[in-house]
Amino acid sequence: MQTRTVETRRAPVRYLEGGSGPPLVYLHGAMGMTPGDPVLGALASRWHVHAPYLPGYGGTETCGELRDMLDFTLHTADDVEALALETPILVGHSMGGMIAAEMAAIAPHDVSRLALIVPLGLWLDDHPIPDVFSLLPFEMPAYLFHDAEAGAKQMTAGLDMDDPEFLKAFLIGNARQMGMAGKILFPIPERGLAGRLYRIKARTAVVQGQSDRLVPPPYGEAFAAAIPGARLVIVPEAGHMVVVEKPEAVVEAVAGLG
Amino acid sequence: MKFTWFNLMPWPYLPDDFRQKNRSVWVDIDQRLFDPAKSHEVYNTYMDLLEYADTLGFDGVGVNEHHQNGYGIMPSPNLIAAALARRTKDAAIVVLGNSIALYNPPVRVAEEFAMLDCISGGRLVAGFPVGTSMDTNYCYGQIPALTREKYAEAHDLIIKAWTTRDPFAFNGRYTKLRRVNLWPRPIQQPHPPVHIPGGGSVETYDFCIDNTYSYSYLSFTGYIRAKALMQGYWDRVAERNAPDASPYRAGFAQTICVADTDAEAERLYAPHLHYFYNRCLHVYPGYADAPGYRTIKTIQAGALSQYAPPKGFGELTWKDLIEGGHVIAGSAETVRERMEELIKGLNVGNIFCLMHVGDMPAETCMYSSKLFAEKVMPKLRGALPECEGDERFWCKPLAKRVAAGALPAAAAPRVPEPA
Repeated sequence: MQTRTVETRRAPVRYLEGGSGPPLVYLHGAMGMTPGDPVLGALASRWHVHAPYLPGYGGTETCGELRDMLDFTLHTADDVEALALETPILVGHSMGGMIAAEMAAIAPHDVSRLALIVPLGLWLDDHPIPDVFSLLPFEMPAYLFHDAEAGAKQMTAGLDMDDPEFLKAFLIGNARQMGMAGKILFPIPERGLAGRLYRIKARTAVVQGQSDRLVPPPYGEAFAAAIPGARLVIVPEAGHMVVVEKPEAVVEAVAGLG
Repeated sequence: MKFTWFNLMPWPYLPDDFRQKNRSVWVDIDQRLFDPAKSHEVYNTYMDLLEYADTLGFDGVGVNEHHQNGYGIMPSPNLIAAALARRTKDAAIVVLGNSIALYNPPVRVAEEFAMLDCISGGRLVAGFPVGTSMDTNYCYGQIPALTREKYAEAHDLIIKAWTTRDPFAFNGRYTKLRRVNLWPRPIQQPHPPVHIPGGGSVETYDFCIDNTYSYSYLSFTGYIRAKALMQGYWDRVAERNAPDASPYRAGFAQTICVADTDAEAERLYAPHLHYFYNRCLHVYPGYADAPGYRTIKTIQAGALSQYAPPKGFGELTWKDLIEGGHVIAGSAETVRERMEELIKGLNVGNIFCLMHVGDMPAETCMYSSKLFAEKVMPKLRGALPECEGDERFWCKPLAKRVAAGALPAAAAPRVPEPA
């Protein structure tokens, strides 16, 4: 994966690019993205992948001009336009799925194929989504992974929280990333998307980790029911980080869009 | 020097095993621990104590705002302040303060503070905290990274409302009003003095300096640990070329307990301090600092939340609390000596005296407060000669004020004069 930058009206956007094939845009989740993420490698084996960082992520500055859902949606649409890709497939994970769904709802003729991987953006009173903003790092794996122990090892590999300099850098990174994410996810990750999903015209796949404890399966079902013609793909033995635990299943679901 | 008697209003009936059985004293505290019937007496005792402080000659009585919090049963400080405005005579009513990003529209604060100023005869000192992350984000749902922008806008609206005599339109990002027209408006002109509670944000330093507001550091960890933070503030005052470094530009909260002797202080106060420091401050670290609440600049400057130190709060003993300066306790002479260290060391003219601690009973609190007022306060009055004559940061009451209960002696028919 190569790291590049493209200018947009609101902020310079850093993005990862790699692979070959038809164009695909991947929007990361609130936890961020690294060039080594399994899902990027897997997607790059079939598509020409472009994965923009939201401002505040990937070591970039936050953007004060992005305040609400419409700002995030239009900014990301500007990204995609600036990349000058011919009818890319739009894929979003978690928060990225929420943004992707908004883009497809707001400009239905601009998005032809859409993959929403455990997307945020809906709220079901019977299945409240845990508050990730108050979780301590050691509490997260249980919510994020099907196999929490393996996930925890992956998350903390090479991190030393007892080193004050590392801790400070970690806190700054976290404040940048989750501070930006909070604008559309805090205190409840719902900004009215339910009332707009009917507008989506893209061929859509909703990918749901069967053991996702952050955004459990009723959410996948609700998205699939609200988007005309959407297909629901349930991935067994995968949690919210299905992109880490079962990247090949994500590739298969995206491939199904044609 | 200005001494304000402060009561956080802790709930005094948290069980002994509170810390073991509960995750947090704040945000998701177990509601069943609050007994409304018992609170009737707790509230009235706490308010009596605030009124008592006025009779002792404290310069101010102080209240603050916390939500869903076991050591602060005062979500609306203005309700308490209204009662104090009636029942106290001379003390400033120091409301530290209203978290202005939480009021919709923020004009509500301009109005309520104006009412308090009018009822009290110009005795209001107005505090505008950004609010802790627990209160503002986790209890009241404000988006962390937008809280400061919303706060700044609310501040601008309130000041404009206080100082503008004709209706005006306010087209803010968070508040849009067609006709802002403050009624009633405050006695104090151009507006009541403003104190800003802060926890080390560089932006807050600058905000205070630029607007001639007093910066209040409301810490529970005492004056020794506050040294670096307050020095940072004074360095900033110099860097920004403020016209002076008046000690009234700063305030500091300190837990204080006075007794006859040092040994008596330990006997009387240790259990209540233990209750406060080891039970009331049990905050779940996940609530201490929502990402985005603090600015990057502030985190880079090393200011972390006082509520969730990286290693957590251990059990603090009497010795820890005294030696660490969390608490200034002892005989009047010991307290005077250490208060002088505090005042001179931090260069602060406004002292918020945390005289009620944890589950302290009323008579103990009265005893400590009285000793402080009679034997310590007078000796500290002249500690900082630079304070002399600086009235910018304190209230300016009407010379002639009415007292509560000043109705005519009896009901009588009074026929209006013909026009």
